[in-house]
Amino acid sequence: MAIESLSLPHAASASSDRHALGWRLLIAGGLVLVIAALVSVSVGPTGLTLSDLPRALFAAYSGSGAPADVHARLVLLEVRLPRTILAAFVGASLAVAGAMMQGLFRNPLADPGLIGVSSGAALAAVATIALGSSFAGPWVRALGIWALPAAAFFGGFVTTMVLMLIARRHGTTAIATLLLAGIALGAIAGALTGLLAYVTDDRELRDLTLWSMGSLAGASWQKVLAITPFALVLLLMTPRLIRALNGLLLGEAEAFYLGIEVESAKLRIVTLTAAAVGAAVAVAGTIGFVGIVVPHLVRLIAGPDHRIVLPASALLGAILVVVADVAARMIVAPAELPIGIIMAVIGAPVFLHLVIRRGGALSAP
Amino acid sequence: MVDGIDLDLVPGQFIAVVGPNGAGKSTLLRLLTGELKPTSGQVLIGNRELSSFSADQLARRRAVLAQHTALAFPFTALEVVLLGMTVPGLQAEVGNARQVAFTMLERLGLEQLAGQSYTTLSGGERQRVHMARALCQLECSGTPPDETILLVDEPTSSLDIGHQLIVLDELVRQKRRGRSVFAVLHDLNLAAAYADEMVLLAGGKIVAAGPPSEVIQDERLSLAFGCQVCTNRLPAGGIPFLLPQACAAAEVCAVARKSPATYS
Repeated sequence: MAIESLSLPHAASASSDRHALGWRLLIAGGLVLVIAALVSVSVGPTGLTLSDLPRALFAAYSGSGAPADVHARLVLLEVRLPRTILAAFVGASLAVAGAMMQGLFRNPLADPGLIGVSSGAALAAVATIALGSSFAGPWVRALGIWALPAAAFFGGFVTTMVLMLIARRHGTTAIATLLLAGIALGAIAGALTGLLAYVTDDRELRDLTLWSMGSLAGASWQKVLAITPFALVLLLMTPRLIRALNGLLLGEAEAFYLGIEVESAKLRIVTLTAAAVGAAVAVAGTIGFVGIVVPHLVRLIAGPDHRIVLPASALLGAILVVVADVAARMIVAPAELPIGIIMAVIGAPVFLHLVIRRGGALSAP
Repeated sequence: MVDGIDLDLVPGQFIAVVGPNGAGKSTLLRLLTGELKPTSGQVLIGNRELSSFSADQLARRRAVLAQHTALAFPFTALEVVLLGMTVPGLQAEVGNARQVAFTMLERLGLEQLAGQSYTTLSGGERQRVHMARALCQLECSGTPPDETILLVDEPTSSLDIGHQLIVLDELVRQKRRGRSVFAVLHDLNLAAAYADEMVLLAGGKIVAAGPPSEVIQDERLSLAFGCQVCTNRLPAGGIPFLLPQACAAAEVCAVARKSPATYS
């Protein structure tokens, strides 16, 4: 390959600067996440801090029965640590799902909710709460505390699969149809949710209202174990979609010219998103804004290459939800604010600022 | 809709496809890229049917410059060119790929814009960036040039005359390296000046094919385009050129309705 050798002038190295910036962002993000996680474990209404961690670990390993040790172990290792891990997982999943949706729809404003996962999950959750004492009774009793998360996950996943069936014709998925049908399905789910909410009694209504505002209060190692398969699947499958997502930004025809198996990529993106969001909603209820705002911020700093956007979104999303969860626990301690409210209070003004700042530069191709 | 097409792309040859609007030029191009499948007949690379190649195998043999490419995200021009490396399995080391990408931008007169955001570029600049991307894709594919094909659809449509020549010069350079170049061109004079072979498409059929001197003829072109054209030759090199004369709109429209598409 005969290429005249030349050194890249300053203008061209602007891109390599952004590339280097992306890697620095990832390293910084990792460090900040670790710090945020430590803060999350050391902060809480019971006043226990990191200095109590040695005592907690001692209690865990030696099986000591001293009340102070047991208390430390329970709070730090049985409550705060799984909660922190869940918060990180939820934040990372929602942010990565948002990034993938924005790549799929080629629109920086796309959100995982467009494919109906959140509304389907909400409908299933409301149905479980509203019908838990009647029609769904036996099933709810059988699954116990898993009834609600399982329902939310399957509700979200099934809704997305129905959507894919509608949008797929002759082996191809039309993105425009996906978008419009997603809106329609979301509206139907919303209507049914409203209907069910109408027939609930006051206590159930409060339960489902609080669920829909999002909360990590019920965190446990069991839940962490339950979401581990999803976390692993995301971790393994998303890197393989980087090239496809980059190619799809140019359009489906262009992605094909660049060697991407477009239909397979679209299917994998939608399925992964549905699984990730379904799992996140199952353990924490509906939390908004993470999916839209985080990938957007990452692109503003480090550019739209998915090699950086996907991992950076995961890190930033995790940090955001971990920090928001700390705020949720501490602002009205010992009570807790639903984390969805914190995200909305932080997220909406940031989103508005982004919209105003970018002005007319947000139109989809 | 195209019908009865019998076409060979040869390494080191620049073929220009011309014809009136709606003649099927872009359809023909899309059949060659593998995007469309013929309802009868075959599209072959070597002796293999196009459909037997996987997407990434195809991407290593041919690159496409489409007529319009929309990109709503703020990549820099250099990063867009580097998207040519998106082909699965392509692993040129980062430094080398950047070098290649920058060289392509330079050849197309875009070196000053390498670090600029794509969204701020003009239509003509964007078109050239995508051309650079297609070239980068082939350059980094690892396939010998004489086994590769460059398919371009109206690469000069948004360009001023100076930049048109820059792009066409680059296509000729690619041809001289052994690549097979297939271009849909709307400018007959540029096609006549640069192409080795011209194919005149009208109503979905090939109406004429051969060296420019054979295809650029008064009667044939007048019939194809529905208006009077006057052909002549440039003094230097004898390159044919043509000038359209005034024509009736009705005649131009009649051309589009002639030879109804039979390729369905």
